[in-house]
Amino acid sequence: MSATDDVLVSVRGLKTYYSIRGSFLDRLVGRTGAAVRAVDDVSLELRKGEVLGLVGESGSGKTTLGRTLLGLVPATEGTVEFEGQDITHASEHDRRLLRRRMQIVFQDPHASLNPAMTVAQAVGHPLEIHGLARGREEVRARVADVLERVGLAPAEQFMDKFPSDLSGGQKQRAVIARAIILNPVLLVADEPVSMLDMSVRAKILELMLALKHDFDLTYLYITHDLATAKFFCDRIAIMYLGRIVEIGPSEAIYADPKHPYTQALLRAIPEPDPRRTIPRDLPRGEVPDASRPPLGCSFHPRCPKAFEVCGWESRDLKELLERRWAGLDEEGFEAEQAAVGPMEELDVAKTHVRLEAHGGAHGSDLRGLLDRARAADPAEPFWTGVQEMRDANGALEIDWYDPVEPRLLPADSVEVECHLYDETALAEAAQRRQSRIPQ
Amino acid sequence: MATAAVRLQRRTVGIRRALAPIAEARGMARTMLWTGVGMTLVFVLLAIFAPLLSPYGFDQYTSGGHRFAQLAHPSHAHLFGTTVQSTDVLSRIVWGAQTELEVVGLALAFGLVVGVPLGLIAGYFGGPFDRGTVLFMDAMFAFPPLLLAIVIAFLLGGSVNSGVLVAAIAITITYIPQYFRVVRNHVISVREEPYVEAARALGAKPFTILRRYVFFNVVQNVPVIATLNAADAVLTLTALGFLGYGVQPTQGAEWGYDVSRAVSDAASGIWWTGLFPGLAIVLLVTGLTLLGEGLNETINPVLRRRSIRQVDFAAPSMDAGAELLEA
Amino acid sequence: MTAVLEVRDLRLWYGTARGSVRAVDRVSLEIDAGSVLGLVGESGCGKSTLGRGILGLLPEGARADGEVLYKGRNLVTMSPRELRRLRGPDLGLIFQEPMTRLNPLLRIEDHFRETIEQHDSKLTPKDVRRRSLDTLGRMGIPPTRFRQYPHEFSGGMRQRIMIALALVLRPSLLVADEPTTSLDVIVEAQILRILADLKENFDTALLLITHNLGIVAEACDRVAVMYAGQIAEEGPARDVFADPKHPYTRELLRSTISLDTKVLHSIPGAPPNLISPPSGCHFHPRCPDVMRVCPAHDPIETQPDPDRRVLCWLHGPEREIPEGGTAPLEREQIAVAEEA
Repeated sequence: MSATDDVLVSVRGLKTYYSIRGSFLDRLVGRTGAAVRAVDDVSLELRKGEVLGLVGESGSGKTTLGRTLLGLVPATEGTVEFEGQDITHASEHDRRLLRRRMQIVFQDPHASLNPAMTVAQAVGHPLEIHGLARGREEVRARVADVLERVGLAPAEQFMDKFPSDLSGGQKQRAVIARAIILNPVLLVADEPVSMLDMSVRAKILELMLALKHDFDLTYLYITHDLATAKFFCDRIAIMYLGRIVEIGPSEAIYADPKHPYTQALLRAIPEPDPRRTIPRDLPRGEVPDASRPPLGCSFHPRCPKAFEVCGWESRDLKELLERRWAGLDEEGFEAEQAAVGPMEELDVAKTHVRLEAHGGAHGSDLRGLLDRARAADPAEPFWTGVQEMRDANGALEIDWYDPVEPRLLPADSVEVECHLYDETALAEAAQRRQSRIPQ
Repeated sequence: MATAAVRLQRRTVGIRRALAPIAEARGMARTMLWTGVGMTLVFVLLAIFAPLLSPYGFDQYTSGGHRFAQLAHPSHAHLFGTTVQSTDVLSRIVWGAQTELEVVGLALAFGLVVGVPLGLIAGYFGGPFDRGTVLFMDAMFAFPPLLLAIVIAFLLGGSVNSGVLVAAIAITITYIPQYFRVVRNHVISVREEPYVEAARALGAKPFTILRRYVFFNVVQNVPVIATLNAADAVLTLTALGFLGYGVQPTQGAEWGYDVSRAVSDAASGIWWTGLFPGLAIVLLVTGLTLLGEGLNETINPVLRRRSIRQVDFAAPSMDAGAELLEA
Repeated sequence: MTAVLEVRDLRLWYGTARGSVRAVDRVSLEIDAGSVLGLVGESGCGKSTLGRGILGLLPEGARADGEVLYKGRNLVTMSPRELRRLRGPDLGLIFQEPMTRLNPLLRIEDHFRETIEQHDSKLTPKDVRRRSLDTLGRMGIPPTRFRQYPHEFSGGMRQRIMIALALVLRPSLLVADEPTTSLDVIVEAQILRILADLKENFDTALLLITHNLGIVAEACDRVAVMYAGQIAEEGPARDVFADPKHPYTRELLRSTISLDTKVLHSIPGAPPNLISPPSGCHFHPRCPDVMRVCPAHDPIETQPDPDRRVLCWLHGPEREIPEGGTAPLEREQIAVAEEA
């Protein structure tokens, strides 16, 4: 039995892009719509019998990845293999057959069940769709059986109820029942407990573990909650803006998180321990717009440990100035803004920009502004990315270093996509530091 | 094995649930609903039992060899009087009820059978079919409805024999866009719901999804619209009859036609030929409207006012006392 | 320490066809200026009703009984007009979904202008702008975005804007109803940081309503645990978490899944319906330490420590417990069908 026999799902170079239709004017002018890179070049393997966690915040692409696997969303590029077969562009007919072997449990138990169908009808419907049961009585018998399995017992009491008669936990059990009635091999669980109360979460997670043993299931567990993921998953993949930034065995990720984003996620989880206070050193800002991701490493604008190679660019300067101005008094802000103007040049992502001075100011005034900003916070990682600033009379020209694209590389027992663990990138950064013109 | 009674109970649980709000209706909604039902029911009964209830035929002007009096006052023989053609006004009201309800019923049926499925398909599948149908329906919406009905009645009047059918088609054309639009819009929002996506994930075919997951969740508004359309349809039908289109005098009694005939009578002080058909129209339309609005207030979850029992803080508390301890 | 808010024996019931829902059933609590009280409980325990009821925002058919003393004035008996005048400059509310408060058709600038002008029309436009930018700046919103529309901001930023809007009038009491539930975890921590710092910058009293025990532990000075419309336990956050007195608090803590969880734990059964809650102590059907007195008599609030309150027969008062009442209660297994 070779190692590949163990692999249930194999994803290679998967990209799922959504195109945004630009406005009419945009299309007239030729600016074709941008694409939201929901899943941006993801490769991973899911082994039989394991629980792989996909952890990330909103916009990370974890939900889209789950849906692409199931064929609910078409892949733009790359391949998905299931039980050795390429299913990326499976026909509708083949897809339908596949549905028997891979199922999904959604996040919102209150919305996953058809309000117009009773529990028996809803849970039994997969059997009817795939023609796996003869007659209403047989369907009912099998539904009763699976309802008991998920803890909705005595089944008779729940069969003819409508979703609105059930509690959140009971609904989620019904959803799970519906997912397993076909005896699937793979179960994608998209935030199955995040909308349930604390005291109910444990019950549903326990149920899922029991079902895993009884039915020999493989789980893809999608969540933003690292605490439940730690308990439930064998391996964890951390996603940020469509890419996997860290992946490895659970214990390794939690014991020694490598990527700054993973570290931040772990620090940010509220713990019911009053000796802890809310950490102060969290990454600033929020997940950026997925249709216009930052250059280089997507996390660099928020990363406390970013450096020369991470992909600094013009938009970072705009954010820096805005952050500065949020803390200034009104006169100071207005004086500085008058000199800088509307900053339109900074909206396009580039590594070289010519910032025009406004309101009678000179390039040197802009220079002075930036120097003051730097003096106020010298540890700000932004400055490591600035290669050169040149006074050009009515403007300031700024060059940033070219971004180095991050790569997913092994580091101890995990793989991480971060320049801090990339020897080549570190060497490049050192070289840049040495040859930097003193500013 | 469950008994037949239990099985029947299971099968009807959905319908019973859907109708439950009607039993719970209170206040204004309840008054409107049941008044509307009562008024409409009167006319429905008239329509169904017309042959039994009506003293004479709709165009009968003789009886036992004698011709009826022309424009006779309401009397024992003719409770509502007679018209200039010696027909009995009361009989024409009763038979007219049958005409009205036949036409309106047909018009509603056509409208639902065409508008609702189109709305379902256009809303769910989208694409060029959706865009095309929406464009077409919006164009139809833009036509003044009565004018459209007249034009169609005029065009069809020559080729189709049955006046009832002509009128029904003419009326329905103006309602199809309404059903289409309401259903389509609702489908578009329901289409994005997780349970529809879940159905896809289960492997259900699109038409199965439409039938079992989408249909029942988008049709709640249809009965309300249908009832209100029925009220409007009566008005349109009577307008067509007034102008001489739709149901021809030889094919059946029609209240609007009667009113048009009665216009010249009014100048001579003859009130019964116009009043009674007019009243019939008003009452039927009002009944249907009350029914529709009452349904709306009852079924529409936004408007529905659950009956609220007053809060009484002084109610006895749950302290069971010593008895429980000894148990 | 002056209490900004004193709630005494508050009852908020609302009428339905099947009887009165006892959403809040005799609740008392206090919040001091500059202090953060965390109101924690699971769904359906009445915490949202309590939060809004304190501000007088009751659903239709609801009735209030008891006292809500804001700086000595009883909000329950106040006329609606007076209450409206207090909302804004004195009483602030932050919702879970920031978009419910932000008008998509108005710029942020307009939101602030409207809010300030409604309550403090003596300010000049320049002052209005200065105050707005200052508050926004403290929330991390740059002045360059003052004239943007709500949809141009992300979820976390909208929440900050909402907090700024609530704070710009410097209210003495702020009620935050699940302010971070719809946000990602890092943004959540950022927002909590802002809320926790309110006491330094604004001296606001904050009532933080949430179902997340971790948030309460990290951000709150005191905590009140709510179950079935009643306060089960209340005290300094540190003490309550280190040494929970009420079995529900203890079980809830054990059920919370954190990074240290080795074994899953849950509470059997489901929260009761509030129309006819269980007799005596509402938690008794699910309590692992239930005694014979628990279903028989309503528990009486006691103070096991000077600064703590608990509503549980385990903590007395001894003299009120009848003979034999402290014996453990034999009770049937919770039927599986009653599981949540």
